[in-house]
Amino acid sequence: MLARDESPLKRTPLHALHVARGGKMVPFAGYEMPVQYPAGVLKEHLHTRANAGLFDVSHMGQLALRPKSGQVKDAALALERLVPQDIVAVAPGRQRYAQFTNEDGGILDDLMVANFGDHLFLVVNAACKAEDEAHLRAHLSDTCVIDSLAGRGLIALQGPKAEKALAKLCADVTAMRFMDTGPRQVAGLDCFVSRSGYTGEDGFEISVPAAQAEALVTALLENPDVLPIGLGARDSLRLEAGLCLYGHDIDTTTTPVEGALEWSVQKSRRNGGARAGGFPGAEKILAQFEKGAARRRVGLRPEGRAPVREGALLFADAAASEPIGKVTSGGFGPSLNAPVAMGYLPTSLSANGTRVFAEVRGQRLPLQVAAMPFVSNTYKR
Amino acid sequence: MTTLFTSDHEWLRIEGDVATIGVTDYAQSQLGDVVFVELPKVGRALKKAEAAAVVESVKAASDVYAPISGEVVEVNEALTAEPALVNSDAGGKAWFFKLRIADKSELGGLMDEAAYKAHTA
Repeated sequence: MLARDESPLKRTPLHALHVARGGKMVPFAGYEMPVQYPAGVLKEHLHTRANAGLFDVSHMGQLALRPKSGQVKDAALALERLVPQDIVAVAPGRQRYAQFTNEDGGILDDLMVANFGDHLFLVVNAACKAEDEAHLRAHLSDTCVIDSLAGRGLIALQGPKAEKALAKLCADVTAMRFMDTGPRQVAGLDCFVSRSGYTGEDGFEISVPAAQAEALVTALLENPDVLPIGLGARDSLRLEAGLCLYGHDIDTTTTPVEGALEWSVQKSRRNGGARAGGFPGAEKILAQFEKGAARRRVGLRPEGRAPVREGALLFADAAASEPIGKVTSGGFGPSLNAPVAMGYLPTSLSANGTRVFAEVRGQRLPLQVAAMPFVSNTYKR
Repeated sequence: MTTLFTSDHEWLRIEGDVATIGVTDYAQSQLGDVVFVELPKVGRALKKAEAAAVVESVKAASDVYAPISGEVVEVNEALTAEPALVNSDAGGKAWFFKLRIADKSELGGLMDEAAYKAHTA
């Protein structure tokens, strides 16, 4: 995604480190970000699955939602006015995946919500962070103080050797489970550490004061198991893990039900639940829980070797004239050594094993609807 | 035998009335890891600048254009089986296809090695 305006690209606190390590810098969501390093996307991807990859995600938005009452439950109840998730039930030291919805039931952004005991900590997408902050201020300023934590960097350390690498700088992390989170001292720095990520691997996301981000990353990269990984491999890793990319696989025109994100909407917010509804688009979204939606996000495995990429139209058969859906993410999965994709299909054609066709360079290529994740996740639950 | 180059980072090896065509080492370094190659059909008549083959990296798909007009007389099936050859030997084993040259005057617009080096410098 390119910058939306002519303003100069922003840089993360790790910009100099990326350039020094040979990162190929490209515009992404208004920032200059490394798409790959000299190792290349394929090796970076496989290194993350076998060892540990370090990602700069400082372009993402970090926000604190502080309840004016001092009771974190009040911030949770307030945030529930904007998301279909049960935020009250997120225990201190835990986090949960959520979506901001609009009045049509579409998704304005997806985010992580953490309970830090006396306030909530939110991580949102880079391209949406200004709108998200304005949305929070417009709707929650009565009960909460909204702090933009723009002075913090964010990194992700992902892969089977991530725990061992981070434990050298913060022994506490070995006790953390998937989606545990909270303030931790890492190499003596005031960080927020969560056991989560965007690769399907076990790993961590670490929020660090911007001025110390380079020192932390340099310390982690001293470990030969850890290599810096660019946005290219971040995308192929998350695609193999079946994880949505906002603005592509989900957006303002897709609901959480259409996006196959029902698992992220707890029973307490659905019809019959203790706090059913009460979020934007609830009527439409909750009706879809009852009756289903007309279309659904599915995993797709091309039968051949050709990658089927974002935007490819999907057809029910090789000769059909009218498309029935579209690919929203697609490429090559290095760990599968095969092409993978996701996209939207009519719910009636969304069962695993259903054969559909994608139009690529004027040819109709067969694909099969397939379960996601394509590569099993290794979260430490 | 003469080797010529295009501004789109393709090379042509001219032997008699047949041109063997591939992408340059500079092109493969820009593409990144190649994971898929689609070749033209033998017998296809290509016009100069027409999309003839496709080379895909993890990130993106790129066209390989016919640098001159001609009929496809042979394609390198080894590339279909092992696309990574494009990265390891772009100027050699990773040739894409051979064309029977339709109009030798079209070769006049191409670069020699010195001019191509200056182009990528």
